[in-house]
Amino acid sequence: MTDVPLTAAPDVDEGRRKFLTVAASGVAAFGAVVTVIPFVESWEPSERARALGAPVLLDISKLEPGQMITTVWRKQVIYVVGRAQPLVDKLTKNDGDLKDKDSRDSIQPGYAQNEMRSRRADVLVLIGICTHLGCLPKSFFDPGDPVLGASWPGGFRCPCHGSRFDLAGRVFNGSPAPTNLSVPPYSFQDQHTLVIGLDGAPAKGAA
Amino acid sequence: MANEAAYKPGFWGWLNRRLPVEVFWRSQLSEYYAPKNFNFWYFFGSLAMLVLVMQLVTGIFLAMFYKVGENTAFDSVEFIMREVDFGWLLRYLHSTGASAFFLVIYLHMFRGIMYGSYKSPRELLWLFGMIIYLALMAEAFMGYVLPWGNMSFWAATVIINIFGAIPVIGPGLVEWIRGDYGIADATLNRFFSLHVVALPLLLLLLVALHLVALHEVGSNNPDGVEIKEKKNAQGIPLDGIPFHPYYTVKDIFGVAAFLALFAIVVFFIPTFADLFLEKANFEPANPLSTPDPISPSWYFTPYYAILRSFPSKGAGAVAMLIAVSAFFFLPWLDRSPVKSIRYRGWIYKTFLALFVVSFLGLMYLGLQPAQGTYVVLSRICCVPYFLFFILMPFYTRWDPVKPVPERVTAHG
Repeated sequence: MTDVPLTAAPDVDEGRRKFLTVAASGVAAFGAVVTVIPFVESWEPSERARALGAPVLLDISKLEPGQMITTVWRKQVIYVVGRAQPLVDKLTKNDGDLKDKDSRDSIQPGYAQNEMRSRRADVLVLIGICTHLGCLPKSFFDPGDPVLGASWPGGFRCPCHGSRFDLAGRVFNGSPAPTNLSVPPYSFQDQHTLVIGLDGAPAKGAA
Repeated sequence: MANEAAYKPGFWGWLNRRLPVEVFWRSQLSEYYAPKNFNFWYFFGSLAMLVLVMQLVTGIFLAMFYKVGENTAFDSVEFIMREVDFGWLLRYLHSTGASAFFLVIYLHMFRGIMYGSYKSPRELLWLFGMIIYLALMAEAFMGYVLPWGNMSFWAATVIINIFGAIPVIGPGLVEWIRGDYGIADATLNRFFSLHVVALPLLLLLLVALHLVALHEVGSNNPDGVEIKEKKNAQGIPLDGIPFHPYYTVKDIFGVAAFLALFAIVVFFIPTFADLFLEKANFEPANPLSTPDPISPSWYFTPYYAILRSFPSKGAGAVAMLIAVSAFFFLPWLDRSPVKSIRYRGWIYKTFLALFVVSFLGLMYLGLQPAQGTYVVLSRICCVPYFLFFILMPFYTRWDPVKPVPERVTAHG
């Protein structure tokens, strides 16, 4: 293979030339695609962001019924609401007017997929981010709130696009939000300490 | 075109033997023949170029003082406004320029629709223009996030969450775009990089392609007559005049009128009644408090109103995607034998008028809270908006068109 001219030589092995062309371009194309991976991966949350996503402890000993504490876990607003038993008992009354009353399409750990959507009836823990487009639903806990009318059973309303949720974070029909407010993984370290981001021992990773 | 200048003596000949300066000047300007019947609608292309240059220059200077980062961004914008000499002017030119860009582009697009400029042989020209429009929307959205005011933060939250509507990959995609579990420093940093480097480079490339495609096929005109079909003995279109000096001078007049109006906004009403710069954005980003009510910049509100018109998130996002991308298909949806509105019949004119009314209606409604009557009106406006595109293959065929003249007409 020394003095062979590149074109028009009668003894050129066309098959060999074609194989080399296809093989070389194939390897180059594969290399180009694989090179994209580190650039794409660089957009994933960094190690620091992941470390800052660790569980959060919250003292709820002073939480009264009808009160709400907000905290932040993984940059998401967490609503911790104290619920009075009479209001919890009335939750089933909303069932006929809900998009996803059994929370089948909604995001929550298994222990919160029940009528009250919580581990304990008196404490409701929600990610306070509207499942429509991520605004913060505002609290309208008083039944018959003047803004929302006499039939309002108490709950949340999103200021952005008007989605309405009941006191278990379940979305009412006619709201743009597709699913109920999500419930983060959480557990109670003791009677007064809430751990957000941990399902509790033995942890079975339902995050 | 022969490179005649290459044979000239002196520096001009030396230069043209090495770089085809004169060939370029002649082919693109002094011997580029444009239809002689352009009206004021033809100002907006050159005005868009002017605004692009203005945004690049003011943007380069703003980046000299802006400090990207969740703890520094907001303060550095206030620093520009209060402590940099003429910093307020740089910022107001840039913020007003963003709105002016969209105003000019919307009028430019409407001109194209009105005179059928997307029709053969200008389909590719139209597609490049539409990609420019999409790139411009991305550029404007990311630029809006940079001041890191509360509206910046929540606009970013809402817009990025739209991607969450995509089945299966949605949630992971949203996290990947943000680079964190919420809108954060990582998001701001990548948006800054895209806003000042990647998207401006892409825009310049697309504008170059748009112009090359335009000069290859030649401009359409208000009569929708192809001037290249009637040429004189020298091969020059009978209805063509050289772009330079005729249209360069005409465009200078347009630039002067535009800049006069632009200056009034920059110097006297830079916030433009909360439309160009919103009150909620003079407050630092706060992940724990949503501004009430929340609305995007005016140039996005037609699509935002469509998004909100649907009671389900997925349907709203799909409808919005269709509303934007429908423009891409115009060259193939329009089956009319004529290009210009001047020779179209009452059916097309009615559909176009209803489309314009619904577009402007949605623009207004997108700025209003998502309640009661406003939502109902948005839904009503969606009907003519989508029917304009969906029924186009039919009504453009049934439309009673008028005969198109052989040559362009002299009247206005």
